[in-house]
Amino acid sequence: MSTVKAKDDGAGGFIILFFILGFVASMILGWIVFPKLLYSQKEQPFNFDHAIHMDMVGACESCHFFRDDGTFSGIPKLAQCIDCHQDVQGFTKDEEIFVNEYVRNYREVPWLIYSEQPDCVYFSHSAHVLSGGMECKTCHGPIAETETSRPYEYNRITGYSRDIWGKSMLGLKKNPWDRMKMDDCAECHRENGVKQNSAQTHKGACFVCHK
Amino acid sequence: MNIARRSFLAFLIGGAAGTALSPLPWKLTDDLSIWTQTWPWTPVPPDGEYSYVNSVCTLCPGGCGITVRKVDNRAVKIEGMAGHPVNDGGICILGASGLQLLYGPRRVKAPMRRVGERGEGKWETISWDEAIAAAAEKLEGIRSAGNPQGVACMVGDRYGTVPSLFERFMTAYGSPNFMSDAAIEDSYRITLNLMHGKNAIPGFDAGNADFVVSFGSGVIEGWGSPVRMFLAHGKWKDENKTLVQVEPRLSNTAAKADKWVAVQPGTEAVLALSMAYVIIKENLYDKSFVAENAAAFEDWRDDEGKTYPGFKTFVLNGFSPADASKVTGVDPSLIVSLARSFAGAEKPLALCGRGKGNTPGSLHEFMAVHALNGLVGAINRPGGVWAIDVPDYVTWPKPGLDEAARAGLEKPRVDGADGGAYPYTESIISGFADGVNSGSAGYGVEALLVSGANPLYTLRDAQAVRKAFDSIGFVVSFSSYMDETAAQADLILPNHTYLERRQDVPAPFGLNMPVIGMSRPVVPPQFDTRQVGDSLMGIARKMGGSVGDAFGWESYEACLKETMGAAWETLEKDGILVKADYAPEGWGEAFNTPSKKFQFFTGAYRHGENKDLMSQMKIEGEAADFPLILIPYDSMRLASGPVADTPFMAKTIEEDVLIHDDVYVQVNPATAASLNLREGKVAELTTPVGKARVRVHLSEGIGEGVIALPTGLGHWANSKYIAGKGVNVNRLMSPVADPVSGLDAAWGIRAKLARA
Ligand code: SF4
Repeated sequence: MSTVKAKDDGAGGFIILFFILGFVASMILGWIVFPKLLYSQKEQPFNFDHAIHMDMVGACESCHFFRDDGTFSGIPKLAQCIDCHQDVQGFTKDEEIFVNEYVRNYREVPWLIYSEQPDCVYFSHSAHVLSGGMECKTCHGPIAETETSRPYEYNRITGYSRDIWGKSMLGLKKNPWDRMKMDDCAECHRENGVKQNSAQTHKGACFVCHK
Repeated sequence: MNIARRSFLAFLIGGAAGTALSPLPWKLTDDLSIWTQTWPWTPVPPDGEYSYVNSVCTLCPGGCGITVRKVDNRAVKIEGMAGHPVNDGGICILGASGLQLLYGPRRVKAPMRRVGERGEGKWETISWDEAIAAAAEKLEGIRSAGNPQGVACMVGDRYGTVPSLFERFMTAYGSPNFMSDAAIEDSYRITLNLMHGKNAIPGFDAGNADFVVSFGSGVIEGWGSPVRMFLAHGKWKDENKTLVQVEPRLSNTAAKADKWVAVQPGTEAVLALSMAYVIIKENLYDKSFVAENAAAFEDWRDDEGKTYPGFKTFVLNGFSPADASKVTGVDPSLIVSLARSFAGAEKPLALCGRGKGNTPGSLHEFMAVHALNGLVGAINRPGGVWAIDVPDYVTWPKPGLDEAARAGLEKPRVDGADGGAYPYTESIISGFADGVNSGSAGYGVEALLVSGANPLYTLRDAQAVRKAFDSIGFVVSFSSYMDETAAQADLILPNHTYLERRQDVPAPFGLNMPVIGMSRPVVPPQFDTRQVGDSLMGIARKMGGSVGDAFGWESYEACLKETMGAAWETLEKDGILVKADYAPEGWGEAFNTPSKKFQFFTGAYRHGENKDLMSQMKIEGEAADFPLILIPYDSMRLASGPVADTPFMAKTIEEDVLIHDDVYVQVNPATAASLNLREGKVAELTTPVGKARVRVHLSEGIGEGVIALPTGLGHWANSKYIAGKGVNVNRLMSPVADPVSGLDAAWGIRAKLARA
């Protein structure tokens, strides 16, 4: 008769060590290397000073206006800028680039839009601002006070702005403008009890935002 | 298990645990799913300001109103215009995919002069000044050499300012050879001329009819104004109205009809006259119309006292259902019941013109079918055929002619449409090639201007047409697209596409009210193109003299504005001018024949007194050599006019029509068995004028001995999306001149089919 005895060859320590090695390596990869690989940066064509414009024109709507049919104009086109920027104003390098490269050549400025949603998302500004009475900064933050344009970070896989997922890899946020995923829409709608029984929760509700 | 191996596994497990606790898998999953939405081939409209422009589609004679959705300056979608009298919000597949013509690959982007051999595709881009000068110089040369008649011109549409400008140019220049594309509208126009005494186009109050007999008309295959007929067809279905389709082949229209009458091809007129026989014999006709408002129903006498048989005698003497059955293959009892139902209906309507109506057809057939409408009084009343005056708003004073022009205009026409042989016909585009090749006019054709037409593709007997083209030294195309004719031209002066230009669009075919539409620039010209009216005026002015003087307008737009007069503002605002309260003339004042009545029999009809009417209109080829009969068929998915299929349409062609680059010929299984051909087999189709590789598709929807090929395939120019696919059936067919109108009346051609 023989008994089978567990062989203790002292390998337990090694195994734990390797487990930890694997664990740590993948944590580094996931938390530090991956975000670096995932996102890339671009600079805006030139710096834009929101603060200085706010002093002159007074309100967001002066440039980011609603059209007569209720659609939102978004980033202004050259046509809006040209009235004031026919000629170089002030002495900044950015102004010079703007007037010489764009205004004079009737070329639209290829602005990179931090808050641009994917193409499959339909978002109505007028429902929120005109009907809902919300302020721009509720979702976009204090962008009106900025004097410089921060670099535009975008996801290398999807091509979309980092602002949509948010700076935090975990998707955490302090402010509404830190993240703009569908969960964030839903969260705000829930908190404010907006039309919980409307088309937004019923059959066909998907198509309100995903047309 | 050794330590290294276990450690490695531990490392992997630790890695997996760490990965799961890091954002990597979760974020990656999200990103990958979003990535699938951003694949570059997924079309995404640009962001920007939305706007809508109302205009008119001119891709077929339908004249539908369109509403084009734009984002900033890019047109992104074409929809049917709601409330438009033609199509009320509907649109067809060609109209809906029109943006592919605007932005697609087949545009001619600037004036071009041929540098290589003809058709070689070698061009040099030139300036507009050079292009106009080149055309003017050449035309001036021909004229001063005393041969102005040797310049011919082909246009697509017949009415409106642009065709009228070309006609004016030809007159001032001194050539009788102005031609327009022919279709069933021409046959209907001659029919109304002979039977109503009116210079009119037909309007069909189709939606209000309750018993429709269509003699081969592709009601849902693009006949008439296609979208309008779709709407009418839908209404008949909704309201339980009856559609009887008389056609040798089970077309979509036949399949959807309440009854399909499979007739021997080319014998539709006999069937119509046999129905007339039953209606007359059984006294079912509209007595008040026939007695009070029609002439030559009974035997009649001319001014010299000579007696002629009336319609009644003519029909009763030769078109009994038993006799007709032998020719048409339709059961006599079916002819009788069809005639009774037709005459018994409240609002019967008979239509003719095969398929889309691209071939004018036999005039006897049109008159026979129109006589059926006359018998039941379906003339100028709800649900019937209305005679609508031809558009007459182009009222420019005649151009002044110099000596050269007067001499040139005296010369006979190349296409044979002169007073003598064909007194009712203005031009015979299908007779042009023969005229050129045989030199029958007694002078050579040295130059050809082509606008809005694609004769090298659409005209039958392509070899003869090609030969004629090859003999013409100077061909100018005004096409927006590199179509077959443009590809063979020497000079191209590209027109704006219909979405970039302003132009009047008169008289949508078959609409029962006079309407003028205005097509408007939806987007600015995308390339260095020019409205053809301006190009033509430019050439005339460059030539100077009386030719230049004939065009006193500053620009085409000035000409259009002046021509439209008071209507201009409405057209600018609404894009359409409608006579809202239009009603057809009552029977008392509707007819302008010598008798002031509806004329059952006319001088022209006497041509048909011989028993020709009992047989088919003869097609080319002998049965001994070519045992089969090839007929063409039309489909909404195949544009068969001057404009070819868009890439989008090409994707919708059914798999039993086209497979890869091979077209299917439809063959009855019995015919196929006798030829030892099976489904899908490659075969060689031969007609007296051409040969082609086809594949066999067995179909019970076609009679024995008859085979069918679709129209609209076999392009060789145009874009890669349609070129090289299938066979151009026009290449295998040969035109047959109608004895009365001279227009192409070929409904088929004899053919043979053999294993390849
Ligand atoms: S039916 Fe003719 S006019 Fe109407 S949308 Fe189609 S192509 Fe255009």
